[in-house]
Amino acid sequence: MTDRKCKVLVIGGGPGGYVAAIRAGQAGMDTVLVEAATVGGTCLNVGCIPSKAMIHVAEQFEAAHRFTSPNALGISVSSPSFDLPTAMKWKDSVVGKLTGGVAGLLKKAKVTVINGAASFKDGKTVLVTKADGSTETITPEHTIIATGSESVELPFLPFGDDVISSTGALALETVPERLCVVGGGYIGLELGIAYSKLGSAVTIVEMADRILPLYDSELTAPVAKRLEELGITVLTGAKVTGAKDGKVAVTDASDSHMEIEADKVLVTVGRRPNTRGLGLDNLVLDMERGFIKIDDRCRTSMRGIYAIGDVTGEPMLAHRAMAQGELVVEVIAGKNDLWDKRVIPAICFTDPEIVSAGLQPDEAKTAGFDTVVSLFPFRANGRAMTMEREDGFVRIVARKDNHLVLGIQAVGAGISEMAAGFGLAIEMGARLEDIAGTIHSHPTRGEAFQEAALKSLGHALHL
Amino acid sequence: MPDIGEGIAEAELVEWHVAVGDPVQEDQLIASVMTDKATVEIPSSVSGTVVSLGGEVGSKLAIGSELIRMEVVGAGNVSDNDAQPPAASEPVGVHASAPADEAPQPEPKAEDKPVEAPKPAPAPARPAVSAPVGGAVAPRAEGEKPLASPAVRARAKEAGIDLRQVAGSGPAGRITHADLDAVFEKGGAQSGGSAKRGLAPDTSMKDIKVVGLRRMIADKMAASKKHIPHITYVEETDVTKVEELRATLNKTKRDDQPKLTLLPFLIKAMVIAIRDQPGVNAIFDDEAGVIHQYGGVHIGMAVQTPNGLMVANVKHCEARDLWDTAAEVNRLADAARKGTITRDELRGSTITITSLGALGGISHTPIINHPEVAIVGVNKMQIRPMWDGTQFVPRQMMNMSSSFDHRIIDGWNAATFVQRIKTLLEEPALLFMEG
Repeated sequence: MTDRKCKVLVIGGGPGGYVAAIRAGQAGMDTVLVEAATVGGTCLNVGCIPSKAMIHVAEQFEAAHRFTSPNALGISVSSPSFDLPTAMKWKDSVVGKLTGGVAGLLKKAKVTVINGAASFKDGKTVLVTKADGSTETITPEHTIIATGSESVELPFLPFGDDVISSTGALALETVPERLCVVGGGYIGLELGIAYSKLGSAVTIVEMADRILPLYDSELTAPVAKRLEELGITVLTGAKVTGAKDGKVAVTDASDSHMEIEADKVLVTVGRRPNTRGLGLDNLVLDMERGFIKIDDRCRTSMRGIYAIGDVTGEPMLAHRAMAQGELVVEVIAGKNDLWDKRVIPAICFTDPEIVSAGLQPDEAKTAGFDTVVSLFPFRANGRAMTMEREDGFVRIVARKDNHLVLGIQAVGAGISEMAAGFGLAIEMGARLEDIAGTIHSHPTRGEAFQEAALKSLGHALHL
Repeated sequence: MPDIGEGIAEAELVEWHVAVGDPVQEDQLIASVMTDKATVEIPSSVSGTVVSLGGEVGSKLAIGSELIRMEVVGAGNVSDNDAQPPAASEPVGVHASAPADEAPQPEPKAEDKPVEAPKPAPAPARPAVSAPVGGAVAPRAEGEKPLASPAVRARAKEAGIDLRQVAGSGPAGRITHADLDAVFEKGGAQSGGSAKRGLAPDTSMKDIKVVGLRRMIADKMAASKKHIPHITYVEETDVTKVEELRATLNKTKRDDQPKLTLLPFLIKAMVIAIRDQPGVNAIFDDEAGVIHQYGGVHIGMAVQTPNGLMVANVKHCEARDLWDTAAEVNRLADAARKGTITRDELRGSTITITSLGALGGISHTPIINHPEVAIVGVNKMQIRPMWDGTQFVPRQMMNMSSSFDHRIIDGWNAATFVQRIKTLLEEPALLFMEG
């Protein structure tokens, strides 16, 4: 057993933790990062990046498959085939490049990375158990907890064999013939759609009365329509009660029982904070429904201990964790910094994609704003037509009195790339006039953004 | 200048919250004016852009005269999108008249102004000439986040400036870099994040206009000191017993009764002492050569407010019991600090109490609240060793420093008055032996 002292200890090497460690290292602080698996966390290893890679594979294959029948573009393809292990290898190479890159950046920032599991002995001492069983005691001045989250397991549907989490879905060896997705949130839909495009017969079981219950129905309608086109069965208001011998027991909205045959059951019913084994019992941290409670400077209730990312609660998004990672180092360095972001955009990489930045219309109303809401559909957008995807729209929610933009939502193919513009507009405090008065390049889907603003000012040009 | 009640004919401009060129929202506060001792905030009755101001800070404006001239954009919401000057601009002078009102902050009404129909989007027709700065009222609802770009926010944080206190001149009240510049120029860095440390000669000099309440205090103090030959008499009083009584009363009081301070006891003692020395409870009209000696005891109570010193009047103390006095003292002090005190509550006192107790000090020379003839000053309570004839014992002691108008009050009378108060406070049972 060895002892080590450092200025900053980061527990967890996900997007929150590695950003904090890099920033601390850049600032010249003696920094240690403890990670039990590979740096990059859920995001790079088993989340954002590999799932987007598989979605890309699925889209390409679906396009090829579409050209096997007569089509408007005159392209003809005969019997495309698909080899999942090859695609997985490519996906793993993308992941490898990124995690390798992060490791390189950490090294460049002179961060000491220890591969092991960290556990608090007390507020000032952390015990690290390495893969080979050896231990090390670290006494840091500041500790940042960035342990992230993990998939929630259903007690009557434990992970293993054919019941898989999103992590398992990104490491399959064959495309399952029949896939049952439990939970119609964004993770289940993204993976369900991907496997449907790769050839699985997909059934999605959602407890609420519609998919993506966190978004309003106007926003989710184009996705629901596309699911239908893809031949995905969606059971809403339905509850899974168990699974046995390749059959998933479901109680549907009218309380009748049914069985869904499935080769794999993908359970995506949410994520919970990763605090097990962390020794939080040895600390006196204020918690909030299992999450670590933090203030607007990412400080926990204990001096010298900070927390960032999923372990601190919703929204569980990599870009939030990264921003907190930057902030927390500024705070540790004694700067007068605090969390003052106006917006954390969220994206569903479904087909079509959904972007939501700021307040949705009903949320704005609940918050007491008198609003003006306007929507511009992609069916009136040239670029959308040239890409054969006219479904979806851009929608802007603004204050009626001073036209301050409160929220921007969009649904459409490839719309995720517009999230940056939406976020910038809200963060800068744009009014409808600012968006309407900015030239949006033609021909792009972005024109719909400008048109939505023009429309709420009463003079849309192309509608 | 709207009518601000009580038949006041003119008011002094204390502060402008806006400058020429600023966009102004309806109900945004545009100016502070002062009458006698009450400060009144004037809100705008229209939205628009400031064209000119009706006077400089310190000048007096008659009710009904022009306070501010504003340009109201009448072209609806779209004009700012097409790079054209706003159509149909109409300068509107805000000098509404409202019926006389007893309330200290009446809302000026603008029923005679053509501004109701098209509520313009608050787009400034031209850039603000001088941006509003810290200290001006930020034009956003309570609890609403200040609107500023991330770069402006970062700069403010760096300098330790709380953006909630900064008014935004940009569209939708957005705080711009120029607004921050203005705060810096005013020396607005609150925690001196970027300020250099170390010793350096400071050659700066600031001219501060003496206006408003400060000027009123200055005039009054000068008049008092100039006209009245003061005699100041200092005596110490053993307040151990009265403090014990006070603690007991506070412990056993009903929930609806106010917490007692020493002040109600002192007031009670003064009421009794004045019966023997009625000459100290008077107003001396020295020009007419008449002393108005009062039956009732109206005790002026000096209150330090954020704006300066005010004297609130606890009326008819002879007709109040301890609790009633305490409640009235609390109410007046609170109103004075909040600025809701009325003119009537700030005048008519016949003798004044001033207390510097909290700050310490063993004595002071209070200046009489002219044209009154006496002022009783209270110093800090302290435990001091006192000789009881056989040994030193710890006693709670308090000094009183009182000044009198020596033209009409002799030293003997002054001393008798103070000694009587001392006796009453040292044997507090006497306070309640009526008749």
